[in-house]
Amino acid sequence: MDAKNITNKERMAIPRQPMPAQDPTERSRNFQEVNLGYTPELAMKEALRCIQCKDPVCIKGCPVNIKIDQFILKVAEGDFLGAAKKIKEDNVLPAVCGRVCPQEDQCEKECIIGRKHEPVAIGNLERFVADWEREHGTMELPPIKAATGKKAAVIGSGPAGLSCANDLVRHGHEVVVFEALHELGGVLMYGVPEFRLPKDIVSKEIEGMKNMGVEFRTDVVVGRSVTIDELMQEEGFDAVFIGVGAGLPWFMGIPGESLVGVLAANEFLTRVNLMKAYDFPAKSDTPVFDCKGKNVAVFGGGNTAMDAVRTAKRLGADHAYIVYRRSEAEMPARVEEIHHAKEEGIEFLLLMNPLEFLGNDRHWLTGVKCIKMELGEPDDSGRRRPVPIEGSEFVLPIDMAIISIGNGSNPLIKQTTPEIETSKRDTIIVDINTMATSKDGVYAGGDIVTGGATVILAMGAGRTAAKAIHEKLMGTTAGYDEW
Amino acid sequence: MYRIVSSKPLAENIKKIEIEAPRIAKKQQAGQFVMLRVNPTGERIPLTIAGSDAEAGTISLIVQGMGKSTKELNSLAEGSSIPDIVGPLGTPSHIENFGTAVSIGGGVGTAIAYPTAVALKKAGNHVITINGARTKELVILEKEMKSVSDEAYITTDDGSYGYHGFVTQKLQELIDSGKKIDFVLAIGPIPMMKAIAEVTRPYGIHTVVSLNPIMVDGTGMCGGCRVTVNNETKFACVDGPEFDAHQVDFSNLADRNRIYQSEEKTSSEAGDHQCRLHGSH
Repeated sequence: MDAKNITNKERMAIPRQPMPAQDPTERSRNFQEVNLGYTPELAMKEALRCIQCKDPVCIKGCPVNIKIDQFILKVAEGDFLGAAKKIKEDNVLPAVCGRVCPQEDQCEKECIIGRKHEPVAIGNLERFVADWEREHGTMELPPIKAATGKKAAVIGSGPAGLSCANDLVRHGHEVVVFEALHELGGVLMYGVPEFRLPKDIVSKEIEGMKNMGVEFRTDVVVGRSVTIDELMQEEGFDAVFIGVGAGLPWFMGIPGESLVGVLAANEFLTRVNLMKAYDFPAKSDTPVFDCKGKNVAVFGGGNTAMDAVRTAKRLGADHAYIVYRRSEAEMPARVEEIHHAKEEGIEFLLLMNPLEFLGNDRHWLTGVKCIKMELGEPDDSGRRRPVPIEGSEFVLPIDMAIISIGNGSNPLIKQTTPEIETSKRDTIIVDINTMATSKDGVYAGGDIVTGGATVILAMGAGRTAAKAIHEKLMGTTAGYDEW
Repeated sequence: MYRIVSSKPLAENIKKIEIEAPRIAKKQQAGQFVMLRVNPTGERIPLTIAGSDAEAGTISLIVQGMGKSTKELNSLAEGSSIPDIVGPLGTPSHIENFGTAVSIGGGVGTAIAYPTAVALKKAGNHVITINGARTKELVILEKEMKSVSDEAYITTDDGSYGYHGFVTQKLQELIDSGKKIDFVLAIGPIPMMKAIAEVTRPYGIHTVVSLNPIMVDGTGMCGGCRVTVNNETKFACVDGPEFDAHQVDFSNLADRNRIYQSEEKTSSEAGDHQCRLHGSH
């Protein structure tokens, strides 16, 4: 079969090609990537499943509108580098998005094939193409327009900031990205674990942006080291994009939460991912709670919760539990993460709500008192509300509790630039068409605007802001290429 | 990379280190801290800034070699560099003319009490400083503290210098002598800060302490530095590090700071071993 002489019926007869993965038992003891990636043969076969719709609805499902049909056609033809180029017209981080996007809720959800069969594995193909390009050493720089003489500051080097910086630099603007931490990549470095997104891949994608002329400065906390006003008035920036991500973690506010051994997923994951605590003490000075032979419970049902519990398992936890007050159907985590977690032996305690953490006389955690729940009527979120079952309390013995129920917003920008309007939840209020804040020349996007969301939504916001910034700086969007 | 401009011993195991960090030097206010890493595999450690010189673009830190990272930092030669330093972090000390203000430093805590004493003096306070140490050799910044004080006291636990006793006893004596005290700042080991809070509580003297919980990022993300203040969860890196001493749950802070005790010992011992291996450098 080749890409051209194949009927739609034949295309649909091809089953969705599964993603090869490390053996579950083996991988639950290491930090190497779980998914191994398609081979060229698998990728080309999967690409044949795409029927090349005249009006590809999958593109509407993509927050950055990758030309999905076009790149898949190139894969089917065996032109992997051409496919990579096509994706990069719209997405600066394809190797990342191919790994962490919730495709089942976006492009693949819209896929026509998916109505009768399994949808085309768009995410797996994106990942394959990006990896192929990186591994074959031909990462070409996209075209860059003539210098405009305008200068933009991007605060935060996570997904929102990177995608904004990328579109700006390609339109000839000078871009400086400020990062608070010592490593670039934001949540991609401190949040998402190595086994789901190898850090080398993030660094390589950022390397590509450096080659395009984006300047990165680490160890700068905007709001403390320098303020937005100083950037604009003293350092000559014509516009600022705020993509600082989510802030401090929420806790549950139940008794015993301050016991030793109760911590936030952000801290646990930052120690392991950013600070490489799994190499302590040989190659990292940062320790992490010793999970070996211990019982660890993670409270929450999102991707961060899955990342934390699978990390605890890899660090040697005897029992690694997910404790979630609703049922699996309501879990916000990606289907693949839940599936992988189960394969790795994560124990799911669903419809259970923690009431109180229990400790010993040294105030170290020893267990958690929970109550069983059942699903009642739908609540404001449209999900069925969990209701406690009277008399069903029990104690789960645990040594570490990781709270993963979401984050608030970092207060620094609000404190130091009070004229930027914020919501009751301290998120920044923007015009959703331009991502402009209430302060002239200042734009924002990503989790600081939406609260905890996904990598790709943040990237979409970064792109929207870049276009609006370009218009602001140049007075027109004429000549603004969305590629 | 950030260059170490100077590194001078102040007392046994305690050094004053000046580091080139122009952005931080320009912005630093009393009570704020930095996060730094000593080497590329190093942990991020919080250290309160002892002072800064905006013109020279340098900040100074006073560092007691306690664990692996601080020992390593103290072993770095003048002219060498560290990979990362970020700041100034935390909410600056609230400074006003309280009237009579007492700034108390215990051990290396004096390094932090000093810049606040300077700011209190500048704001017009009658400044009393109490500079406590275990023994005479460990007294630091004696001259500096004296220079900003209307009344300066040194205390040593063993009586080898100054007043024989704890900083709490000296403070109690001042209160008993009928002196009207409007504000107390206390920085030092947790038991000392807790004891000071108990001394001032019956008199309702506004008392502030600077807390040192475990931190990882230090910028308002990880939540590692949460402390219980007035029965509420607060984060030292953005809400603090200074809090009302009468509302702080010190026991909880002490408990939570012990979580990595055995790991810290492992790391420190491994570090000592490494230092011996590289001792000739």
